[in-house]
Amino acid sequence: MTMFLHIFHAVPMHHYLYLSAILFCIGVFGVLLRRNAIVVFMSIELMLNAVNLLLVAFSAYHNDTSGQVFVFFIMAVAAAEVAVGLAILVTIYRNIQSIDIDALNSLRW
Amino acid sequence: MLLLILLPLIGFLINGVVGKKLPKNVSGWIGSVVVLGAFFLSLKYFFSFLSDSASPVEERYFDWISFGNVRISFGLYADQLSSLWLLIVTGIGFLIHVYSISYMHDDENFSRFFAYLNLFIFFMLLLVLGSNILVTFIGWEGVGLCSYLLIGFWYKNDSYNDAAKKAFVMNRIGDLGLLLGMFMLLFYTGTLDYKELRALASQGGINSDLALVVSILLFVGAIGKSAQIPLYTWLPDAMAGPTPVSALIHAATMVTAGIYLLVRTAFLYDLAPLALDVVAIVGVATAIFAATIGVFQNDIKKVLAYSTVSQLGLMFMAIGAGAYVAAVFHVLTHAFFKACLFLGSGSVIHTLHGEQDIRNMGGLKKWMPVTYLTFLISSLAIAGIPPFSGFFSKDEMLAAAFSHNKGLWIVAVITSVLTAFYMFRLVFLTFFNGFRGTEEQQHHLHESPALMTVPLIILALLALIGGIMGIPEALGGSHWLKHFLAPVTGENTHSGHALTHQTELVLMAVAALAALASIVFAYVRFVKQHTLPPREGEERGIARIIYRKYYVDEIYELLFVKPVLALSVAAYELFDILLLDGMVNQMGRMTQRQGRWFRRIQTGNTGFYLIVMALAVAAVLGWIVWQVG
Repeated sequence: MTMFLHIFHAVPMHHYLYLSAILFCIGVFGVLLRRNAIVVFMSIELMLNAVNLLLVAFSAYHNDTSGQVFVFFIMAVAAAEVAVGLAILVTIYRNIQSIDIDALNSLRW
Repeated sequence: MLLLILLPLIGFLINGVVGKKLPKNVSGWIGSVVVLGAFFLSLKYFFSFLSDSASPVEERYFDWISFGNVRISFGLYADQLSSLWLLIVTGIGFLIHVYSISYMHDDENFSRFFAYLNLFIFFMLLLVLGSNILVTFIGWEGVGLCSYLLIGFWYKNDSYNDAAKKAFVMNRIGDLGLLLGMFMLLFYTGTLDYKELRALASQGGINSDLALVVSILLFVGAIGKSAQIPLYTWLPDAMAGPTPVSALIHAATMVTAGIYLLVRTAFLYDLAPLALDVVAIVGVATAIFAATIGVFQNDIKKVLAYSTVSQLGLMFMAIGAGAYVAAVFHVLTHAFFKACLFLGSGSVIHTLHGEQDIRNMGGLKKWMPVTYLTFLISSLAIAGIPPFSGFFSKDEMLAAAFSHNKGLWIVAVITSVLTAFYMFRLVFLTFFNGFRGTEEQQHHLHESPALMTVPLIILALLALIGGIMGIPEALGGSHWLKHFLAPVTGENTHSGHALTHQTELVLMAVAALAALASIVFAYVRFVKQHTLPPREGEERGIARIIYRKYYVDEIYELLFVKPVLALSVAAYELFDILLLDGMVNQMGRMTQRQGRWFRRIQTGNTGFYLIVMALAVAAVLGWIVWQVG
């Protein structure tokens, strides 16, 4: 563990920051620009994991494990969310034979 | 004393709660027996006051209202004056209850009727026994409520409901005066207790201005309750109620509450001679006014109603002349003969299945001898023919008027002549000559059952001999009533009018002979000449005006009802429709208009939502960073 921490610290903190910021932005743009609902989903997961990475990095940096506890919670919630979300997508597909989010526009004024 | 007033309340609760489930007779007898019980208790008090040394009984139950220096307790107070009223209320009340068992027998709301009657007795006793004006006021309002409920007892008839509402509203106008009088007394003296007020007045603690204003205001209350000008119009309409109600409430008891209040607060009136003059003038004006209307009415109960108004006017005139004892005396005798007359008319109406028009009666003495005899005795009493009770009481009032002001006396004598005339017009048209109703009615003519005739006989006996209470000294009597009431009214200068016995005898003779003459005139006109009142709409000249009651109702309608109604409609259209409804509708329209704009952001396009969300989150974050940095 100490060994692992040593390696971890060998990479400077700001690299983790850059990496997770880039991952998060990719996620945001994926959500905003892609039309396939599954891809949108994956982008959301990407954003979550960018945050996870940042939490772990800070946790190691501050020698505080509570950041890692958060990560576990986020992963559990994300898993549940994916399960529910995919189930919804399956039913949507059964109804309109498409998972293009632009096709889902019947709830309007 | 608590038991005395609670008995009728218990009767009310039993009849009101479970009355519907009881057999009719049981319900009626429960109502009657509680009043009989109250009567026996009243007798106990009455007899205790017969001894000279008896002092008033006062019972205080709890402090009701206390703030600052004011302490108003809930207490009951009985003295000679209230004991007389107790006897009338419970005694005549009991007779009328018994009568009602038979009279109301076919009514579907039998137990409700008795519940109301019991409630009325309860409130009336509270009114009479209250130890301060406020307790009296509860009773005062309570009897008004019962009067309303009983006038509108047959609530399916709209005109009856209107009559009930009219009575209520008219009374409320008077009650305003009473309330204001109470407020003034409370404000300036800090007490409403009769005993304390009286002590205060005798020590000079009430100045004459206050006494004047308060006594006028209290009299306004009495005007409403006792149906004097200008608030008398409710009483004739109140005849819409069942006849026993008219007898009990609108002849014998409730309408005399005004007299009671004035006699009870006589110490105030003694301080304000001007108020007494007002009372006398209003009283005598009402007396003659109502008597003239009575002459031209054709509804048997309406005649009696106007007669009641007129007699009450005479009582007020007597009070105004300072003759409190005479007024109380007439209240007592009037209660006997007027209750008897109303019950007699009820008996007639009962036999004729609701016919009230004397033009369709006649000859009834053949079929209804008991009703006829009792009615005749009471009519003789009210006409003031010796030795019937009304003669003594009326004579005493006339004597008081004579010694006070000759003008009052003349008007009062004319009133009693008119009284004799319209009463015997009623007697002759109802009981003499041939029957003018339908064949169908003639077949069903019969004397009323014993439950109705026995109360009639008792009341007629009282009307016959009731005068012995106050045989004047001029006729060799000792006037027991005056001595009995002396502790209350005081042996003051007012009641002992300064007439010689000779003058008094002459006055008596004049009044009695005049009444007799008018009876003979009525006999010639209605029995010998078979004159009938004109048919509906065929009255001519002055008769038409008087038959229409001088158009007073129409004038009130024009002066008060119409303007208030117009004002209400205007207020309704301006404030309710225009302002309030307008505001609410405008709010609704505004929301709708904005909704039409804002709904456009609900595009249904998921991508658009996502972009908005992302931008919003970014904006919030940016704002936080900007704030922190």
